[in-house]
Amino acid sequence: MESILNAFKEAFWLIVRFDPDFYRIILLTLMVNGIATLIGAVLGIPAGVALAEYRFPGRKPLLVFTHAMMGLPPVVAGVFFVLIFGRSGPLGFMNILYSVTALILVQVVLAVPIIAGFTNASLEDVDPRIGLQARSLGASRLQSTVVKTREARAGLVAAVIAGFGGVVSEVGAIMIVGGNIKGQTRMLTTDIVLNMRVGKSEIALAEGLVLIFIAIIINIFLTRLQAEKGRDVAETKGITGAYING
Amino acid sequence: MVEPRPVLEARSLRKSYGERVVLDVEELQVMRGEVLVVLGPSGSGKSVMLRILNLLEEPTHGTVSFDGAEVQGLKGRERVEVARRMALIFQDPLLFRGNVEDNISYGLRVRRMHAAERARRVSEVMELVRLGGMGQKYIATLSGGEAQRAALARALAIRPEVLLLDEPFASLDAPTRRTLQEEVKRLLTDLGMTAVFVTHDQEEAARLGDRIILLKDGLIEQAGRPRDIFYEPKSEFVAGFVGFDNIYQARITCTEDGLATLEVDGHELEGVCASDSGSLVKVGIRPEDVTLARMGDAGAGSARNVLNGTVSEVEFRGPVARVTVACPFPLIALITRRSLEELELDVGVEVQARFKATAVVVIEP
Repeated sequence: MESILNAFKEAFWLIVRFDPDFYRIILLTLMVNGIATLIGAVLGIPAGVALAEYRFPGRKPLLVFTHAMMGLPPVVAGVFFVLIFGRSGPLGFMNILYSVTALILVQVVLAVPIIAGFTNASLEDVDPRIGLQARSLGASRLQSTVVKTREARAGLVAAVIAGFGGVVSEVGAIMIVGGNIKGQTRMLTTDIVLNMRVGKSEIALAEGLVLIFIAIIINIFLTRLQAEKGRDVAETKGITGAYING
Repeated sequence: MVEPRPVLEARSLRKSYGERVVLDVEELQVMRGEVLVVLGPSGSGKSVMLRILNLLEEPTHGTVSFDGAEVQGLKGRERVEVARRMALIFQDPLLFRGNVEDNISYGLRVRRMHAAERARRVSEVMELVRLGGMGQKYIATLSGGEAQRAALARALAIRPEVLLLDEPFASLDAPTRRTLQEEVKRLLTDLGMTAVFVTHDQEEAARLGDRIILLKDGLIEQAGRPRDIFYEPKSEFVAGFVGFDNIYQARITCTEDGLATLEVDGHELEGVCASDSGSLVKVGIRPEDVTLARMGDAGAGSARNVLNGTVSEVEFRGPVARVTVACPFPLIALITRRSLEELELDVGVEVQARFKATAVVVIEP
């Protein structure tokens, strides 16, 4: 119990004494995870939409692959990354291993299938007649896909939340591809692991609390985005017939 | 005189899903300005036909022409160009997220209509469907009737040459349904709009259709004016579907001056019939043409058929009651609840059932 209290105290002091190293780690964590989630959304949402809306050769295997990748062990992703971008790997000449770019890239690889998979499921859930209705009003194939995607917006926000959740809690892959270099590629999760290894469990716990705090703040923001469209969620139910009769 | 030209036409139209043929129509024409009702039970192929006409589905075989040009199988921009001359309204309003105005303006936005013109058109059409002042209402707050009005406005806003309606009122309560049927009838007449209206409700078909086609298992069972369908059904299926609850096998025993004596289950009935003596026919009697009286009440009047029997079943349907009389063959009569109460009819009561010879319709000569 005492150690938990100490952890809270330590967390408090870590935050208020503006330790530059600590804030550098927080900023890097926010930046890497933020950018990775953003890129993940930019790639994953259209991919999920395409998988749900369009029929093309190889769609089913791609869908199975996406679902499989949603559960990809990050450590395995890290190993593949090193094999590809390592000095003797095919893309070794890019020299990005142990850099922030590597951290972002590996996080993107982890985020895209999660966001694409959830997006796909959300769109599959939208009444298919919505798309037909749009087309019957003169929409092109693309315009009707936009309508369906808008209908699935709450699910899309959930997909981004899941993607962010996936990367923010990640440790194995970034440890491998980033090397946990102090001041360069050290993030909150990898620093927690390090502190636990050297017996600084109070600092590790404090960092864990900060990480949870960051996750909560970002999730509140995203959930608000979802809740603002909550009206629309009710509307989505409405369109399938659940009307208030009056 | 210029022959009226069909705006929509289908020939040798067939649609199958795997081995199952869901639609097989030799010819279908929708004339400009008419309301064609496609009537039929669930699974008869009505909705598939509508989707094919709206180019949302491709027929397995056959042609669809819009304004004289074949349009089946069109893709991309060409499909959109033709589809934009029509609008389809589904059973559920299928409103998009947003408010009423967002929805009504949708078809205009995809056509890239100028904002000012769009606003004018939206407000005009909202008045038309009596949704004036509700433009900013979110769709989740609309009642079922309002939502379907919004869906109607959304389709009318684009001023389609052909309006396709797929059972648009089927999920509404009865009073709202009747109000909307009247409003749609008024709108279609006022706007002189061509419409194809799909329904399984014979009353709706009678109320709205200039012409009716009745589908069964994907085939046209009968086509014609409402009067033809409702008073001269060509098959037992059509008769049953349009409300002939009493259908019997009969033998014509004698004919004289167009009046025939028919034998049904050992009982003689009189009907108007052109068939020869001795032939076997199916006859139908609408339940609303049968009147009931207590035994010993005043005479039959002009009714040529008077049958004594016992009430075997009473089923209430809103303001009317469906009374089955064993005469001894079952004869169904539709009477008001008030009549039922005044006559004190109940199961087991002996009654006299009466109907005119003209109420006996020969279905299969």
